[in-house]
Amino acid sequence: MGCGRVGAQLANSLDAEGHDVTILDIDAYSFDRFLSPEFRGTALLGSGIDEDILRKAEIEKADAFIAVAHGDNRNVMACQMAKHTFRVPKVICRIYDPQRRDLYILLGIDAVSPTTLVAQMLREKLGA
Amino acid sequence: MYIIVVGGGQLGYHLARALLAESHEVLLIEKEAAPSQKLINELGSVAVRGDGCEASVLAKAGTSRADMLVAVTGDDEDNLVACQVAKHKFAVPRTIARVRNPRNESLFRKLGVDVTVSSTNLILEHIEHEMPSHPLMHLMVMHDRSLEIVEVTIPAGSASVGRKVKDLALPAETVLSLIVRPGQKPVIPGPDTILNAEDQIIAISPAESEEALRASLTGA
Repeated sequence: MGCGRVGAQLANSLDAEGHDVTILDIDAYSFDRFLSPEFRGTALLGSGIDEDILRKAEIEKADAFIAVAHGDNRNVMACQMAKHTFRVPKVICRIYDPQRRDLYILLGIDAVSPTTLVAQMLREKLGA
Repeated sequence: MYIIVVGGGQLGYHLARALLAESHEVLLIEKEAAPSQKLINELGSVAVRGDGCEASVLAKAGTSRADMLVAVTGDDEDNLVACQVAKHKFAVPRTIARVRNPRNESLFRKLGVDVTVSSTNLILEHIEHEMPSHPLMHLMVMHDRSLEIVEVTIPAGSASVGRKVKDLALPAETVLSLIVRPGQKPVIPGPDTILNAEDQIIAISPAESEEALRASLTGA
């Protein structure tokens, strides 16, 4: 869910490795902009917090669901739908706000905060 | 009571004013700069600027002593997260979320929101009550069991008229609990009870079987 730079790069590499990939976005332009011309998966226009769209993406058959759309709350809501409504075995959520990430980890959502990761990497580069 | 309102649009603004008039302690939180400034100018310290989904904003708002948090922004996902943060991080006893997409109501309840309010469903209920000829009316929803209690009036031309209850193609898990006939004592239907036109039937049914129930009782 989310065909920005991160979502598209992930989709391109998973697709190249032979996985069956469906990518969602609410803006068709982002598919043209970021997906590789070699991408053989499905690009589906629609919101990942809409049950109908998730069903259209055949989420019931998915082994994994990853939310990297713009907006922490949208990602959090979509991941909870994937986990609790559709029982997807592996659900991963990007949450920029580290405090919000900590809460959703407590609530059973596997979440990653780029804010914390990038800040740490920058510190390491600084060597300070 | 101390009530936190998240979302300072029309709904949040009027809600905050009404709650203040009822002598509650109210805090209205709005994320955007311009609308929040307008609210602060008018309501003073009752309004603050901030993202009501952020734990630090809610901490500053004294959320842990709040009796209730009401999330009424225009985005379902923001209302869900504000309620979940309030509930799970600050142990707010009651959370209420506005729901724009009516299908999110059951998801939000499953995820711990205490009360959901969908204006679509509220208006729909009023329409049903305003139109007595409406064949199926919702009387009550038991959210925790995913069941609804509905009233169905049998139309004169329906295939169910003159048939026994046991011969109807009722959906599984659906129970006809009462038949109300004009001028008569209500009847608890048995398998051999025969349906008449204009019978008002009170039935208990899973929400997803509503269409099948409607079809079996009112279909031609």
